[in-house]
Amino acid sequence: MKLQRKNRLRASAVGALAVSGALLLTACGSDNNSGGTGTGNSAAAAKNVKCEGAKGKLLAAGSSAQKNAMDLWVKNYMAACSGVEINYKSSSSGEGITSFTQGTVGFAGSDSALKPNEVEESKKVCKTGQGINLPMVGGPIAIGYNLPGVDNLVLDAPAIAKIFNNQIKKWNDPAIVKLNPGAKLPDSAIQSVHRSGDSGTTQNFGKYLGKAAAADWKYEAEKKWPAPGGQGATGSSGVAAQVKQVEGSIGYFELSYATSQSIPTVKINTGAAAPVAATSENASKAIAAAKIKGTGKDLALSLDYATKAEGAYPMVLVTYEIVCDSGNNPDSLANVKSFLGYAASDDGQKILSQHGYAPIPTEINSKVREIIAGLK
Amino acid sequence: MTTTVIPPDSPPSPPPPPPAKATPTRPGDKIFRGLSRGSGILLLVVMASIAAFLTFRAAIAISGNEGNFFTTFDWDPAGNPPVFGIAVLLYGTVVSSVIAMVIAVPVAVGIALFISHYAPRRLASPLAYVVDLLAAVPSIIYGIWGALFLVPYLGGLNSWLDSYLGWTLIFDKTEIGPARNLFTVGILLAIMILPIVTSVSREVFLQVPKMNEEAALALGATRWEVIRLSVLPFGRSGVISASMLGLGRALGETMAVATVLSPSFLFSGHLLDAGGGTFAQNIAAKFDEANEFGRDALIASGLVLFVLTLLVNGAARLIIARRKEYSGANA
Repeated sequence: MKLQRKNRLRASAVGALAVSGALLLTACGSDNNSGGTGTGNSAAAAKNVKCEGAKGKLLAAGSSAQKNAMDLWVKNYMAACSGVEINYKSSSSGEGITSFTQGTVGFAGSDSALKPNEVEESKKVCKTGQGINLPMVGGPIAIGYNLPGVDNLVLDAPAIAKIFNNQIKKWNDPAIVKLNPGAKLPDSAIQSVHRSGDSGTTQNFGKYLGKAAAADWKYEAEKKWPAPGGQGATGSSGVAAQVKQVEGSIGYFELSYATSQSIPTVKINTGAAAPVAATSENASKAIAAAKIKGTGKDLALSLDYATKAEGAYPMVLVTYEIVCDSGNNPDSLANVKSFLGYAASDDGQKILSQHGYAPIPTEINSKVREIIAGLK
Repeated sequence: MTTTVIPPDSPPSPPPPPPAKATPTRPGDKIFRGLSRGSGILLLVVMASIAAFLTFRAAIAISGNEGNFFTTFDWDPAGNPPVFGIAVLLYGTVVSSVIAMVIAVPVAVGIALFISHYAPRRLASPLAYVVDLLAAVPSIIYGIWGALFLVPYLGGLNSWLDSYLGWTLIFDKTEIGPARNLFTVGILLAIMILPIVTSVSREVFLQVPKMNEEAALALGATRWEVIRLSVLPFGRSGVISASMLGLGRALGETMAVATVLSPSFLFSGHLLDAGGGTFAQNIAAKFDEANEFGRDALIASGLVLFVLTLLVNGAARLIIARRKEYSGANA
């Protein structure tokens, strides 16, 4: 009797696992739908990959914000250069930088440029040089909302700041009405949703508000959510799920989450002639306005969050690859040059926009390529 | 061995009894004793090294903490200066688990009694099977179900509690928004600990000596009186240990809580307001992006959960030890 029951329990556990596995699989499937169009060019793109001298394993680690881009690049690259195996461990920028300064990875991915003390530390690994930042992937942070009957919500930076720090509490607040003449804004409460864990997305969102709405957003741009009010959710996927589910809610996440779940996004009134929508193209325009603040071979960018350029979506984040300008580990140098060379190439950048990322503008990108070619 | 030398005239009989001075030891005995002793020692070593690891890392974190570890309502180990405190986490963990116990234990005892004493045989075993099946569902599935189904449907219950029981203050809902609060977490945890409490209680109720029950029946007791006079007193310590097993799961539950709760580090006695947090949920939410010191801080909070769980288990053992005369072991 006892044995029999045990077996039945095991069978039921297997059944439950199968069901949950199927659920997870379908969930992943729907996420990837937006990428379906990209597979056509990837075969063609693979032909242009230069594998010269690259062989063996290349380890890398860092930001999860560029994980999807990395996955695409790694897939295409490894299809072209069969002798190379690239392993990007996506965790967090901080962990990537730590692994880099300990010398365990060939390069690190990070949402923010190296801090001065981290540059000092990198000199231990880069024996003849130091760590540098190469901007490789950009992307818009979209503000998704759930307000049936309102299709083209327009907000400006101060309004966004006040919504997310609980000063604007109703959808028909005069500040919102003024920006949306003619829209039927309900007299209902605004439910703002933010990331519950620490995140680079929160930090970049805070950086934007701190610059573009300095009077209303007085918090330090940290990874931790700083403002009062609103609810927290786990990960960008959690925030998007809340916004999708709760009427009257608003939240911020990477554009791909809005596209894959068809959540409408806010257009930002930047002071340009027309409000700007969150698209990869518009984000690229804003990144084009960035200035290089790094010196020498360091290409750390200073973004112009207050840009008023036509069609430039200002709420963007740029993620970097961090390498040594010289003194790279000789075992991985060829792999790093070959792989990052592909990522910065026309083909590598072109596939980004199909997946909610923004390619790095040509002018900066050509410098990135130059530096990659000269890595030692 | 001397068994080959048998006197020719003795009748075919079992071999003489072994000498009384010592029981013979065979290799199997030695191996088995070694294995079981080794397992016991291994367990102690594992526990000791977990405790040592937690204490070591926690000491690093606590010595670098600029706030008070027990009374700070904030978690910012990456800040300057670093401050973090477990007050909100301790409160949230205990409150959500208590809500879960208040809901789950009576229901679980009811189910267990139904299965063991009321249900017709044909219904009892499928029902027991279904309850066990609940335990086979992974906790992330409970979390997704809670976030997508339970939270929207609890909105009504929350406003009902708010309007009729709002005067108790704990059921006073002071802000709008979905029910991603400690109360919902408690309900979800109750469902998750139901199977373990039920199946352990059921086993205990089934072990009640038939003599006791029949004696009660012979004295003219009704079925309810049988349960009250013989089953419940006999099963009490078993139900308590079952509840403690459930409580252990509720205290440490991670993914389901992290998916459902909207965490915050503001202390609030209003159960229906979103906010609060639990130890395990906070570790899951913060671990990914934490730096070295931040991880030490999370480990320090893990140590508190470790101690809390030890205390709960210790308390359960005390209760059981005081009621030994009824425990299943003496049956």
